[in-house]
Amino acid sequence: MNVKTIKVDQLARVEGEGALKVIARDGVVQSAELNIFEPPRFFEAFLRDRMYTEAPDITARICGICPVAYQMSAVHAMENALGVAVDGPLRELRRLIYCGEWIESHTLHIYMLHAPDFLGYAGAIEMARDHADIVRRGLDLKRAGNSIIALLGGREIHPINVRVGGFYRTPRRRELQPLAEELKRARDFALATVRWTAGFDFPDVARDYEFVALRGDGEYPFSQGRIASSRGLDISAAEYDEHFEETHVEHSTALHAHIKARGPYLTGPLARYALNAASLSPLAREAAREAGLGTVCANPFRSIIVRAVEVLYACDEALRIIDNYEEPERSAVDLDARAATGSAATEAPRGMLYHRYQLSADGKIADARIIPPTSQNQPSIEEDLKTFATAWLDLPDDALRHRCEQTIRNHDPCISCATHFLRFEIDRGG
Amino acid sequence: MICVGNPQRGDDAAGRRVAEALGASLGDVEIIEEEGEATRLLARLEGADAAYIVDACVSGASVGDIRRFDISAGQLPPTGFAASTHGFGLAEALELARSLRAMPQRCVVYAIEGGTFDIGAPLSPAVAAAAAIVADRLRAEILGE
Repeated sequence: MNVKTIKVDQLARVEGEGALKVIARDGVVQSAELNIFEPPRFFEAFLRDRMYTEAPDITARICGICPVAYQMSAVHAMENALGVAVDGPLRELRRLIYCGEWIESHTLHIYMLHAPDFLGYAGAIEMARDHADIVRRGLDLKRAGNSIIALLGGREIHPINVRVGGFYRTPRRRELQPLAEELKRARDFALATVRWTAGFDFPDVARDYEFVALRGDGEYPFSQGRIASSRGLDISAAEYDEHFEETHVEHSTALHAHIKARGPYLTGPLARYALNAASLSPLAREAAREAGLGTVCANPFRSIIVRAVEVLYACDEALRIIDNYEEPERSAVDLDARAATGSAATEAPRGMLYHRYQLSADGKIADARIIPPTSQNQPSIEEDLKTFATAWLDLPDDALRHRCEQTIRNHDPCISCATHFLRFEIDRGG
Repeated sequence: MICVGNPQRGDDAAGRRVAEALGASLGDVEIIEEEGEATRLLARLEGADAAYIVDACVSGASVGDIRRFDISAGQLPPTGFAASTHGFGLAEALELARSLRAMPQRCVVYAIEGGTFDIGAPLSPAVAAAAAIVADRLRAEILGE
């Protein structure tokens, strides 16, 4: 039997630290393991015995790229526990700040991390030398997302203005107007981004994923909706634990999530799009159609286009919200602590993020459970590698490594949420 | 003049302390305080004729050591500047500026070696002393005093 091992010590352009090991025998990939070796971060334990009001600020610290997602899952889970629904302008402002996060996070991934793969550059800095105008466009687009978060969240990273029940302070209408001007420009950039990414060369591959995402009631989902799948799952967040399970695998400090008795599933842009494409704004729908996406996109390499469509949608949606915004009378609704359990799932840029909290009568957190999107997607990423890499085993080592890295980057894994990421090793058995 | 750092994280506040020490006493030079997010730093660099940047670093040198880098002439050392959670920090912002031909004609980084970056920690005495020295040097370098 032929044996050959390739080791790569740094896998660039993903968030965090870890390793990838691919084992092939006689020209067929036998296994692919993401070996996550960053120590677990114990956030669930940090939360115990803290007040329910502290959860959004503590969990925001899990991720510097998607803190809003953590805050939104936390506040919705707490409100679910306390029997309160936040509606009207406060709900709209939550969608608006989530738009900001999608814009800045997706744009960072599209322009800085993912596009260099398709254009043959080692990274964004090298790409910028030849494509300065394009990179500038990406930076301007990202900045529009940051502006939303800074205005509504108080600052761009780890915002401080989100609370259970609403916000500490809500903006005046006139404060949103400069944002609208910036977002109109951003929307043009976003449309150009869809067209730009649609022109890349993509490997002709697809996988039969079970897509899992929130399904909004006629709206593209950020924070509300039922958890649905492309194979018929349709549950509330409260039922998550009945249908999903997390298991420990030896090679990773992040848990792997599965649908019980079914196996891996995929969350994130491809899943959201597959389950909610009809709810995109007309402009985003038209751009997706023009980009040739169809109603379902099962080629993970083309996820860069779907991300671009979601950025376009987020710009459009943010403008709609600003246009219709009416200042709320109060910045938050009243809440009374009680012994209860609450859960919520929201759509982080890279996939569904589930929180569940058990509260004591005095409002302290007795138990917390957080399942980040990358934990959920890891088994699917490994399946992608197993499925696709066999066809690439004849490539030279560097090219093979690059394809494998790209296969991981397709899902924008945030290993710093799931724990952290990456080294690369391939045993070709050859 | 861009002073980078998080005021709540011990010696990471070195750049911010320099801004404080400079106060309004740097002629018509604009003093900007930033937390270090690369795209914001990049936006600050664009259109500037000259930029002086102060940040904390970790290189294994003694706490409070001061180093000066002329970025117009070459890159920052590859590691040492605390990257943001995005993996894009000051070093990346500067190289991106160079790629985008947005690098100011004169671009100088002062790096102050930090010791502790704990949440809520005060500035180490050595770093506080270094911040005062850097402020004096900047005044001399920029205003020729």
